[in-house]
Amino acid sequence: MSGVGLEAFLILGGALFALGLYGAVTKRGAVQVLMSLELMSVAIGINLIAFSRFRSPEDMTGWFFTVFTMVISAAEVGLGLALILAIYRRSRTSEVTGLSELKG
Amino acid sequence: MSETVNAIAFAVLALATVGGSAGMLASRNVVHAAYWLLEVCVATAGLYFLLDADYVAVVQLLIYAGALAILLIFTIMLTLRERADAVRPRDFSWPGLALAATFFALVTVAVVGWTPGAVTMPDVAPGIVEFGEKLFAPSGWAIQFEIASLVLTAALVAAVMWTKEGDE
Repeated sequence: MSGVGLEAFLILGGALFALGLYGAVTKRGAVQVLMSLELMSVAIGINLIAFSRFRSPEDMTGWFFTVFTMVISAAEVGLGLALILAIYRRSRTSEVTGLSELKG
Repeated sequence: MSETVNAIAFAVLALATVGGSAGMLASRNVVHAAYWLLEVCVATAGLYFLLDADYVAVVQLLIYAGALAILLIFTIMLTLRERADAVRPRDFSWPGLALAATFFALVTVAVVGWTPGAVTMPDVAPGIVEFGEKLFAPSGWAIQFEIASLVLTAALVAAVMWTKEGDE
């Protein structure tokens, strides 16, 4: 049985991160930008777990880092969505391009 | 004996994650994009199972596939006035594409040139018991755990404060 190594997981994580990066800089809807950020966070988790499993599984550092990354990104998404709702109530839009009030 | 990751299972899950991400970016309907993200998160949990990280896989399913997808869909529902608002123009930009492609090319070159060479995983696969012991040991991750709970509490309070009615 043939197996795949650490490189395959790292390249997969890189591909997911690149897709998320593309969405984060391209999309105009604020919810879609947040979803792209989530994609990037998922890619980071794959990298951390793969490194941990192939390099030093007995330390479990990747597990802890991934769980704390999930905590941070859950807090980030909760705050981001609350912010989108507040902005929507004020200005009736959820487009990123509509949020140029403070632009000089 | 040392273990390897099954190539077929990895190929299926990798296709599911990358394809789901592409579907999320390509779908014009925001609700469909949210469901594609849900699919990506479930496939990622499968990848974690492949890497013997059972606990992280279950947490991934609970937090991302459960709570986060529901939060996203609620926000989409609350910021739509009618059904047609869910369909957005397909945003596309060459600079964005060039940025993402450059990033992916750099990562691939770096990973391929690095050649760690190991296809086999080390034998040790600690489980949830070791995870708990390390998490709550005073010399382990206890302080980080407490800080994470503080961050979550602060985020919860701030989210409630921002969304409460009456401060138009």
